[in-house]
Amino acid sequence: MTHFGALASPALLAFSTVPIAHLTILDMIVIAVYFGMVIWIGFYLKGRSNTSEEFFMAGREMTAWIAGLSFVSANLGSLELMGWAGAAYQYGILATHWYWIGAIPAMIFLGLVMMPFYYVSKTHSVPGYLHLRFGEHARILAAISFATEMILMSGVNMFAMAVVMKVVLGWSLTFSILISAAAVAIYVTLGGLRSAIFNEVMQFVLIWGGALLVPILGLIQAGGWDGLKKQIIKNMGTDSYFHIWRDTGHFSANPMGVHWTGIVLGLGFVISFGYWTTDFLVVQRVLAAHNLRAARMAPIIASYFKMAVPFIVILPGLLGLVLLQNPDHSRMLLVGQDVVKSCTTDESASQMNTAECSAAMDSQSTLPADYKQKVLTGSQELHSYNDALPLMMVRYMGPGLLGLGITALIAGFMSGMAGNVSAFSTVWTYDIYKPLIKKNGSDSHYVSVGRWSIFIGVLVSIGAGYLVQHAHGIMDYVQALFSFFIAPLLAAILMGMFWKRATAPAGFLGLLIGIVSSVGMFVWVKMNPAGLATIALSPDAKPMAENLYRAWWAFCIAAIVIFLVSLVTKPKPVAELDGLCYSCTVLPKEEPVPFYKNVWLWALLAVCIFAALNIIFW
Amino acid sequence: MHGSGIQIWFFIGVLLLIYGVLILGYGIFEAVVGPLAPVELNYLHTPIWWGGLLTVAGLLYCIKFRPGRA
Repeated sequence: MTHFGALASPALLAFSTVPIAHLTILDMIVIAVYFGMVIWIGFYLKGRSNTSEEFFMAGREMTAWIAGLSFVSANLGSLELMGWAGAAYQYGILATHWYWIGAIPAMIFLGLVMMPFYYVSKTHSVPGYLHLRFGEHARILAAISFATEMILMSGVNMFAMAVVMKVVLGWSLTFSILISAAAVAIYVTLGGLRSAIFNEVMQFVLIWGGALLVPILGLIQAGGWDGLKKQIIKNMGTDSYFHIWRDTGHFSANPMGVHWTGIVLGLGFVISFGYWTTDFLVVQRVLAAHNLRAARMAPIIASYFKMAVPFIVILPGLLGLVLLQNPDHSRMLLVGQDVVKSCTTDESASQMNTAECSAAMDSQSTLPADYKQKVLTGSQELHSYNDALPLMMVRYMGPGLLGLGITALIAGFMSGMAGNVSAFSTVWTYDIYKPLIKKNGSDSHYVSVGRWSIFIGVLVSIGAGYLVQHAHGIMDYVQALFSFFIAPLLAAILMGMFWKRATAPAGFLGLLIGIVSSVGMFVWVKMNPAGLATIALSPDAKPMAENLYRAWWAFCIAAIVIFLVSLVTKPKPVAELDGLCYSCTVLPKEEPVPFYKNVWLWALLAVCIFAALNIIFW
Repeated sequence: MHGSGIQIWFFIGVLLLIYGVLILGYGIFEAVVGPLAPVELNYLHTPIWWGGLLTVAGLLYCIKFRPGRA
């Protein structure tokens, strides 16, 4: 999840120069087969994407399984995989919070409580729901901010993929950008959302098929879970790598510098609920379900897979702590990307700046003196935390299997891009073009606008990708964009759905002031890092804590504004809130199903497993 | 997905089948001529059992979700 803050930073990754892996002909064939398959799917689906309902909503005919896998897959990009594997190497299983409390309660809430409103209102998008509930201004504000985010994120994804391919395989940036952009443009322009969903489901299978071997083989080599624990405790001198809650009683007691209140309120409530229940990129996948029951079941199914993802993401990071070795068989120590940057000779420099490198390594307390000396003399290469997953892949995967692992990473990036541009296309067509530019066009006209917007969106994304390449700092700001919008959006949607007194001016103002306050806090901390202690309520807080508390405060500010403004403005008549507000809507009765198909049963089981995991790894 | 036409599961089956055959084939070749790549745990012959698993899964999906099947 991009706004969660532990992404691999492609801008810094670009400073590594020696490729991690070398592909064989067999690996190339595996990658080529994937590209052939996605193009085939695009051409096949072209004939089934002729109406706007087919093109933008995939005909609303996805089963719960397809919608659920697509829903969870839209958030399983390669930057996330690499970033969280690196975070696990640094922080241990604390990183699992972003997969469990940072996702599961929100997914279950979406399925049980919120999905009926989205589905019954027959909206095409989340801004579309805001239009029905709070009027045109709220819709336009949400639509423009979301469309901008999507196109920039698509560019970031494109550039990120190119950089990872350069680091891992040594491919040129331009080659990777052009080939991935062309493939995405072809298959999404032809098949619309259906094509994006098909590829997301395929990506999900590829990621498990390509990455599952790493933890399996790693555990065999480490002597199982007990063996891994023993070795990490021996190497690191602490067992805190295996606890997700025990050390969160104080900011300074855990390496992330977070407090459990921030995890529960900021991550578990605002960020998680904001992302999983109001971000149209993921909600669009569930809206494509073929009936209400499937739409409710999809996030519940997704929650089971989400709980399992740490097995292929967090575990490889932990295994890397004890298994990764240098060519001389000494233990490999990964470092931050900034240290790699300082100690690597990039294309523009003739030799490494040893003073800068030495200073950077000194800031890394985990590096022994002899290790630093080897780096300075050039006999030891440094890799960053974010290389943990690719390094583990190279360790165990020979020809063919490595191609499969690399294909999984490529698929992750490409489906991320496809998700961005398909969501952009829908919001652009329905929430910007239709209300502001041409209100009464024909259905085929809007499909045509949707296809062109994908094509143009990909072109703009390429431009954004190159912009990021030449101005590395922009990456941080683009990734922060998500956090500016989701907290106020969550406040607006929750209050709109569950408080019939909430008014249109209140919704718009709450959204606007929430966004402005979030941006304000971000800029304040950027200009004055001491502000972090105020926002996170502790001088021991680290940047991760700022993300969590900033989201919480932005949510509170937006909710208070909506509450106060609603009290002094005129609410909509109750009759106009049917299908939009909880207390004013009679939800359609679902047909009776056998107990094993009951949504509540599977949700309850998911809650039990979620609780058990938190207790086991307390 | 409902309706007629090729289902996503069939596409996935085809992909897994192709990958399975390629990886299994390489694994058998490597078992005959000896390890060709310097990877850890070579003695487990991972490409054989993982490739075999992908092949079987792909085959099952191709058969179960083949186009035209009611």
